[in-house]
Amino acid sequence: MRKRHTPKDRLITVALHVALAAGLFFAAFPIYWMLSSSFKSNTEIFALPPTILPKAFTLEAYAAILGDPVKLRFFFNSYFVAGAVTVLTVLIALLAAYGFSRFNFRGKGSLNTIIISTQTIPPITLLIPFFGLVVSYGIFDTYVALILTYLVFTLPYAILLMTGYLNTLPRDLDEAVAVDGGTSWTALWRVIVPISLPGIVATSVYTFLLCWNEFLFALTLTKSTSMRTVPIGIQLLMGQHAFEWNQMMAMSVLGSLPLLLIYLVAQRYFLAGMTAGSVK
Amino acid sequence: MTRQKRSHHKLKRAVAPYLYLSPSLLIIGLLMLLPMVTVIGYSFQNSAVLRRDPSFAGLKHYQAIFDDPVFWASLWHTLYFTCMSVIFHMTIGMAFALMLNSDRINPTLRNILRVLYILPWLFTAVIIAVIWRLLLEPNGVVNSILMQISIIGSKVEWFSSPETALHAVTFANIWAGYPLFMVSLLAGLQGIPKDFYEAADIDGAKAYQKLIFITIPQLMPIIISISLLDFIWTMQVFPLVWITTGGGPIYSTEVLSTYTYKLAFSSYNLSQASASAVVILLISLGLTLFYIRYQKAR
Repeated sequence: MRKRHTPKDRLITVALHVALAAGLFFAAFPIYWMLSSSFKSNTEIFALPPTILPKAFTLEAYAAILGDPVKLRFFFNSYFVAGAVTVLTVLIALLAAYGFSRFNFRGKGSLNTIIISTQTIPPITLLIPFFGLVVSYGIFDTYVALILTYLVFTLPYAILLMTGYLNTLPRDLDEAVAVDGGTSWTALWRVIVPISLPGIVATSVYTFLLCWNEFLFALTLTKSTSMRTVPIGIQLLMGQHAFEWNQMMAMSVLGSLPLLLIYLVAQRYFLAGMTAGSVK
Repeated sequence: MTRQKRSHHKLKRAVAPYLYLSPSLLIIGLLMLLPMVTVIGYSFQNSAVLRRDPSFAGLKHYQAIFDDPVFWASLWHTLYFTCMSVIFHMTIGMAFALMLNSDRINPTLRNILRVLYILPWLFTAVIIAVIWRLLLEPNGVVNSILMQISIIGSKVEWFSSPETALHAVTFANIWAGYPLFMVSLLAGLQGIPKDFYEAADIDGAKAYQKLIFITIPQLMPIIISISLLDFIWTMQVFPLVWITTGGGPIYSTEVLSTYTYKLAFSSYNLSQASASAVVILLISLGLTLFYIRYQKAR
C-alpha cells in the first residue's frame, strides 16, 4: 500500500502538477493566442511587449469576415460539401457494413483487407488521375467533383467503423424478422437502423471532420472563388491582404467552430470515430 | 416451405451481400483502384493528361526523378519530418497519458485537463499552419518571449531561414499530432488489470519498475499499431508544409508531396509527377502491408 504525506511523496505530487501545468501551456497557448489575436486590432498583434489579453478588445476582424459575401460563400461551400458527403457516406457505408456483418460470402476476407488497405493510399497519388478524370468529364470546379472525391476517402473507414458497430448488435434481432417472413432489407430498416444511432453518429462525425479539413483536392479541383472551401479561403486571405492577421485568426476561429462544437457536444462519438480504427 | 421457395430463398441469401456491397465496391473500384492503375499508366507516357495520344516513354520519367537531387532531398526531409513527428507524438502522448492516469490528481482536474490536452487535435492543418506562422513571425510572440529570457540574442526567422525551417515545421506537426497517441494510450492504460500492479506492490516494486515491466509491455500493441498508422499518415503531409513554407526556402522543407504537387501543377510535367506519385504509393503500400500483417498477427 502507498503511504501518503511523506515529504518525498508530497514532492512528487507537486512535481506532477508543475509538469501538468507545463503540458497545459504547451497544448493550449497556441490556441489561446489565436483566440486572443482575433479580438485585437492588427497593430496590437505585433505590439512589443506582446499583450496577453487584448488591450483594446474589438470585433472588427469578425465583422470584416461575416460582412463579406465572398467569405460567407467559403463557409457555405464547406458546410454543403461536408454535409452532402456525410449523408452519402453514411448511407452507402451502412449498406456495406450490413453486408459484411450479417452475411458470409465468397471473397469476404479479401474485400475486407482491400478496404483496410485503401485507407492508407496517399492522396497525392490519386490527385493526378483525379485531375485528369475531372477535367475530361467536364466537372472541374464543381461541387460534384469535390463530393465524389471526398467519398472515396471517407468510405473505407466509415465501412469499418459501421461494421464494427453492427457486429456488436445481437443477430437474434434480425433473425426474428426473418422468421416472420421479412427480408433482410426490412430487417435492416425496421430493426437495425433504429438501434444503430450511436454508430451512425460516430461515422457522421468522422466523415464530416475529414471533409471539413480537406485541403489538397479542394485546392486542385476547384478554381473560382465561389467554389472554394474554408481551408482554401484562409490560404487566399493570407495571399490577398498583406497579412491581416486578426482577420486570418477570426476566420480560423470560425473555421474551427464546427469541430469544437461537435467535440464538446458529442465527445464520446468523436473519440469513438477518431480512434476506433487504430485501437482495435 | 416448398423446395422451390426454399431454393429461391437461398439464392436471395447468396446474392444479397453483393447487392449491399455494390455501391461501395463501385465507388472504391472506379474512383480508387482504377485511378491507381491510371497513374501508373501516366508515369510511362510522354505528356500524360495534356495530350490525347501520348507516346510510350518507358522508364524515362523514373530515371528523371532518381537523377533529381531535389527528389532525394525531399525524401530525406519527409523521413526526418515523419520520424521526429512519430517519436515525439509517442513520447508526449505517453507522458500526458501517464500523468492523467495518475491517482495523485483530483478527478475534476483530470477531466478538465484531458479535454484541454486534446485541443490541438481539433484544428485543421491549414489553421495549425496559420497559427504557427503567427506565433513564429520574426516579430511574433515566440521570439519576443525567447529574447526576454535570453535564449536567443536576435529575432529568428523560423520559417524563412534554411537552417530552422524544417525543424519549425516539424515542431508544429509534433504539437498538432500527439493527442491521437494520448487518447489511445489513455484507453489502453485503463484496460490494464489492477491486480498486476497490486501483485507488483506486494513484491515491493518501485514505480519505474512497474512502468518498465508492466505498463509499457501491456501498451506495446497499441504503441506499435498507432506508430505505424501515424508514420503512414504523417508521410503524406501536404497542407502544413504548403502553408508554412511552401517547401522553401531553397527546397529546405520540400517533402515528397509538395515536390510531386509542384511537378504536376507548377511545371505541368504530369508524367514525371505521376512517376513520383507512384514511388510514394509504393512506399506507402510497403508500410501498409507491414501494418496489416502486424494487425493479423495480433
